[in-house]
Amino acid sequence: MRTGDFKDSYLADEAVFKTPTVRFWMGILFAALLIFPFLAGNYWLYMANLVGVAIVAAVGLNILTGFAGQISLGHAAFVGIGAYTAAILTTRLGVPFLLCLPLSGLSAAIFGLIVGGPSMRMKGLYLCIATLAAQVIFEFIFVHWESMTGGIRGINLPTPSVLGFSLDNEFKFYFVTLAVVVICVTAARNIFRSRVGRAFIAIRDRDISAELMGISLLRYKMYAFGISSFMAGVAGCLWVNFLRTVTPEHFPLMESIRYLAMIIVGGLGSVLGAIFGAIFMTLMPEILKNTLGLLVDAFPQAMGYLFPLQQVVFGLLIVMFLVFEPHGLAEMWRRLKDYFRLWPFEY
Amino acid sequence: MDIFLQLLVSGFAVGGVYALIALGFVLIYKATSIINFATGEFMMIGAYFFYSFMVYLGLPAIPAFIGVMACAALLGFMVERLVLRHMLGQPTISIVMVTIGLSSILMGIAEMIWGSEFRSFPAIVPRAPIIIGEIVVRSNLFYGFVLAVLVVIIFALLFKYAKVGIAMRATAADQSASFSMGINVKAMFTLSWGFGAVAATLGGIIIGNIGGVHPALGHIGLKIFPVVILGGLDSIGGAVLAGFIMGIIENLAGGYLDPYFHGGVKDVAPFVVLVLILLVKPYGLFGKQEIERL
Amino acid sequence: MSLLAVRDLSLSFGGLQVLSDVSFEVVPGEVFAIIGPNGAGKTSILNSISGFYHPDQGQIFFEDRDITRLAAHRRAALGIGRTFQNIALYRGMSALDNIKLGAHSHLKTGLLASLCYWGPAHREEMALRRKVEEEIIDFLEIEAIRKLPVGSLAYGLQKRVELGRALAMRPKILLMDEPVTGMNAEETEDMARFILDINEERNMTIVLIEHDMKVIMDISDRVLVLNFGQTLAEGKPEDVQQHPEVIKAYLGEKKARNGHIPSVAR
Repeated sequence: MRTGDFKDSYLADEAVFKTPTVRFWMGILFAALLIFPFLAGNYWLYMANLVGVAIVAAVGLNILTGFAGQISLGHAAFVGIGAYTAAILTTRLGVPFLLCLPLSGLSAAIFGLIVGGPSMRMKGLYLCIATLAAQVIFEFIFVHWESMTGGIRGINLPTPSVLGFSLDNEFKFYFVTLAVVVICVTAARNIFRSRVGRAFIAIRDRDISAELMGISLLRYKMYAFGISSFMAGVAGCLWVNFLRTVTPEHFPLMESIRYLAMIIVGGLGSVLGAIFGAIFMTLMPEILKNTLGLLVDAFPQAMGYLFPLQQVVFGLLIVMFLVFEPHGLAEMWRRLKDYFRLWPFEY
Repeated sequence: MDIFLQLLVSGFAVGGVYALIALGFVLIYKATSIINFATGEFMMIGAYFFYSFMVYLGLPAIPAFIGVMACAALLGFMVERLVLRHMLGQPTISIVMVTIGLSSILMGIAEMIWGSEFRSFPAIVPRAPIIIGEIVVRSNLFYGFVLAVLVVIIFALLFKYAKVGIAMRATAADQSASFSMGINVKAMFTLSWGFGAVAATLGGIIIGNIGGVHPALGHIGLKIFPVVILGGLDSIGGAVLAGFIMGIIENLAGGYLDPYFHGGVKDVAPFVVLVLILLVKPYGLFGKQEIERL
Repeated sequence: MSLLAVRDLSLSFGGLQVLSDVSFEVVPGEVFAIIGPNGAGKTSILNSISGFYHPDQGQIFFEDRDITRLAAHRRAALGIGRTFQNIALYRGMSALDNIKLGAHSHLKTGLLASLCYWGPAHREEMALRRKVEEEIIDFLEIEAIRKLPVGSLAYGLQKRVELGRALAMRPKILLMDEPVTGMNAEETEDMARFILDINEERNMTIVLIEHDMKVIMDISDRVLVLNFGQTLAEGKPEDVQQHPEVIKAYLGEKKARNGHIPSVAR
């Protein structure tokens, strides 16, 4: 049990993992993540990979929406751009997987800035509407630009490989996913230790006075949007190489809403929150599917309700968390930790 | 030339409906600064309620109509009271995200109750198409247009001359000043949502009458965003005008460009227009740049 | 030789004339106060200097450079610091982070450097931390609360953090909008002392809007009186206090004939 902790240098005070206890638990977590694939069955490995993709996308969205305060309704479209970019680069130009990752990110960032850029001169709500436009426009392009995207049939990819190792099952792919997640989460966390991150938060909280403090709103909004779209693109590349196929139906508006739900449920403005939310909202559809599966004997039509039920549950989660727990699961986790830190004393 | 005029006229007619829905949207925005993402879903729910009243309850058109209006107003009131009141003081983006969540809930509930197949209303207007010169307008579209324009005019008159309308405009312009003038600001918020919901629902019924009712009807509501951006987010007149313009643009685009893209142009064209407007004239035709206080 | 010069500044909003032909100069090292009834346009002057409002007519010179058309976010780097009437702190951050934010325009970390952090970004952050702690936090006596989220702080402390943030901007001139409004006597004295210390020890030029006449009389070198967007009087505090037009504006005709201005206005 710790009561207070004292630092005797600014360096120690600015560290991310401040105490030996925290560093210890981080070590355990990392070891667990490495051991997990050896112990888990195929289904859980499959889910773990999907969760990893979701984490990368959610962390990116959180930077834009949770930290910089700009809502994006087009996140799924940017994941899609990343996926299609990776698919096209792989099948037409033979670009290796690892190189595809940053290239897909760049592609999504560039397209994002083209569509969203003009709206950044104005108040944040305009970006929200611009990203909605991006979502609709790119959905259209995915379906109708058949020469590039393969239209409704989509594109199939060969098995990806890294440095000669062929990633032909979930187990092997997991390690790549884990590496990408660690890099993205670290980068995201790093932003907020510097003036760039502070600028994002200032823009969210009071953008006018941020400007008078010397922050160029246009430039920093573009940074936030760029990083967010970049991460979405990387997530898309991971995703398409994992599933080895991409079709337009994977990137509808509902998926953008699911990403928003991730960061709202997890906790806006918290990297850890994005992680919690990604895990939660990726497992949630599975839970719903299984729940309905149980009812199938009594109600044969039950599975038909899966899609609308998801919609209702996503929406309810968004509304409930925003009204009652705006800081999301991350806040609940923090309260839990505080409770145990002082347990069995009250304060 | 014929095709052009045909497209123009039917676009104009659909535009009237867009104008109505956009008016409701801008009303809510002006009064409460909230962008209501659930507009499309209000439309859809309205259409479904109308269908249910007519088909399941067997009501004739006019009573069903009135019933739906009452339900719509109720829905608007409830959303404002139960959900949005709790969000007072929270940043605007949170409230906007609540409307996004709401839209998802409504869409899911609609599909769960009514299923996902198309449904059509029983005939409520004469079937004969309206012929103007060489141009043919489907009767559903024509009567829908007439109704929409009528309601827009009634709203406009209400705002300009009726006490309630003036109070709402005052609240939209300056909340604290209205408060000190004795206007019940909270009631005005609720009323704005009620009106907005009614406008959207009406639009939903009209559109449902034209194209059938289905859960994705709400997606048509998304087109309201390009309309209000074109008109200017805070301009009621702009919303109405932009509704007509957008109806024409989408129809023309769809008519001429569909063959090149294998369809779907009508639904994406408004959003391309939106992006262009943000580039060239971001506050739209009549929008004003807000003066902020520091 | 002026640090800040405002010439013939005029500003209107949709038909309402907020400022008409306001002109004044601020000399380096002085405390220059702007007073006037509510709605006189005092904050609008500061907002125009900060670049938030764009005047219809007139010019603003800073260190003899015409900044009238300069973008708002560039003015901070020039050395124009600012505090606000309604505290404009960022509630999502701690007091320390808010203050660090003030230094934004003097830091160099770009997007890529921040993503990798270790290296130049880290060094810059450490240097910044040291500087902020030693020069600002110690000075303003806010060590105890520096890690707390600003939303949880008392009003007087929030105002002090805001002053700290303005100091982190390394300003050559500090524009303060009602720094002691809403404070009790003790907090007011503390703030007034901080302002004087900043002015004397760091040779900081200060432009100050306030309603508290006692503070104005005690710490300002010169005073500008504004009414309905127009200059009413300008000069030393004692002179302005006796100026008949000023008395009329504050008290109305009748009391003006008795010839006094209240010494504590709020």
